[in-house]
Amino acid sequence: MARVNDVGGQSGFGPVTVEPDEPPFHADWEARVYALNVAMLRRGAYNLDQFRDAIERMPPAEYLAASYYERWLHAVETLTAKADG
Amino acid sequence: MSGQHSSSETAVRVRRLEERLIGAGLTSDDELDGIIGRLLAGASPANGARVVARAWVDPAYRERLLADANAALEELGLSMSTGPQPQRFTVVANTPDTHNVLVCTLCSCYPIALLGPSPSWYKSEAYRSRVVREPRAVLSEFGLDLPEGTGIVVHDTSAESRHMVLPMRPDGTDGLDEDRLAALVTREGLIGTAAV
Repeated sequence: MARVNDVGGQSGFGPVTVEPDEPPFHADWEARVYALNVAMLRRGAYNLDQFRDAIERMPPAEYLAASYYERWLHAVETLTAKADG
Repeated sequence: MSGQHSSSETAVRVRRLEERLIGAGLTSDDELDGIIGRLLAGASPANGARVVARAWVDPAYRERLLADANAALEELGLSMSTGPQPQRFTVVANTPDTHNVLVCTLCSCYPIALLGPSPSWYKSEAYRSRVVREPRAVLSEFGLDLPEGTGIVVHDTSAESRHMVLPMRPDGTDGLDEDRLAALVTREGLIGTAAV
């Protein structure tokens, strides 16, 4: 069954909005989430497929309401939940 | 930002996660700073533009690039191996008959090493859903109106493979050297939402 992220060809998402002169990150925390994920992947805490899966398993309403790096945050939190146990 | 949480609330959540992972010995402040610094300093559309300019001035390089892009990148001291897993890299060339455009319908796969961090619109549900269904309309919204006779190929990227578009060299650029040619190339040209 297709998950919520499988949007190719769907209708209803409206026009494509382009942000002029968009910075790489909109807040420091976005950069930190990016770095945390790269560090965990490098360390082998999880792999890229597990990372994507953790995002794609988000409940659809939560997935659609979350910003891009909020989805990343959700995945890193979920996949490392037992890392310090 | 379009998120469901206020940014400060999220920042606190991130700080907590960071402290937990550093406390568990899984990373360090230095490592995190280094990852961000290298991304911002090294990953830029200027890399992709250099590859394009070389292909425009050197037909033999162009052939090697289209045949084995990973190897052709190494000739210029570039690499796709910035991430934890090796990525197959393919360059697709625009012609008068065919225009190429990239998307990742499932998430956000993108050649960050060559194009820099991806823009939000590339990761948006709107772009991902529509460009495979009505590419001509989407490109037109980006200001790219292609001739009726030009076919559009949409490349849906996957986790193991990345693409980049090789735009056509603009007319009237015969006298330009490689650096000045590279300066003509935009990030959108390398994604396919602009001509160059």
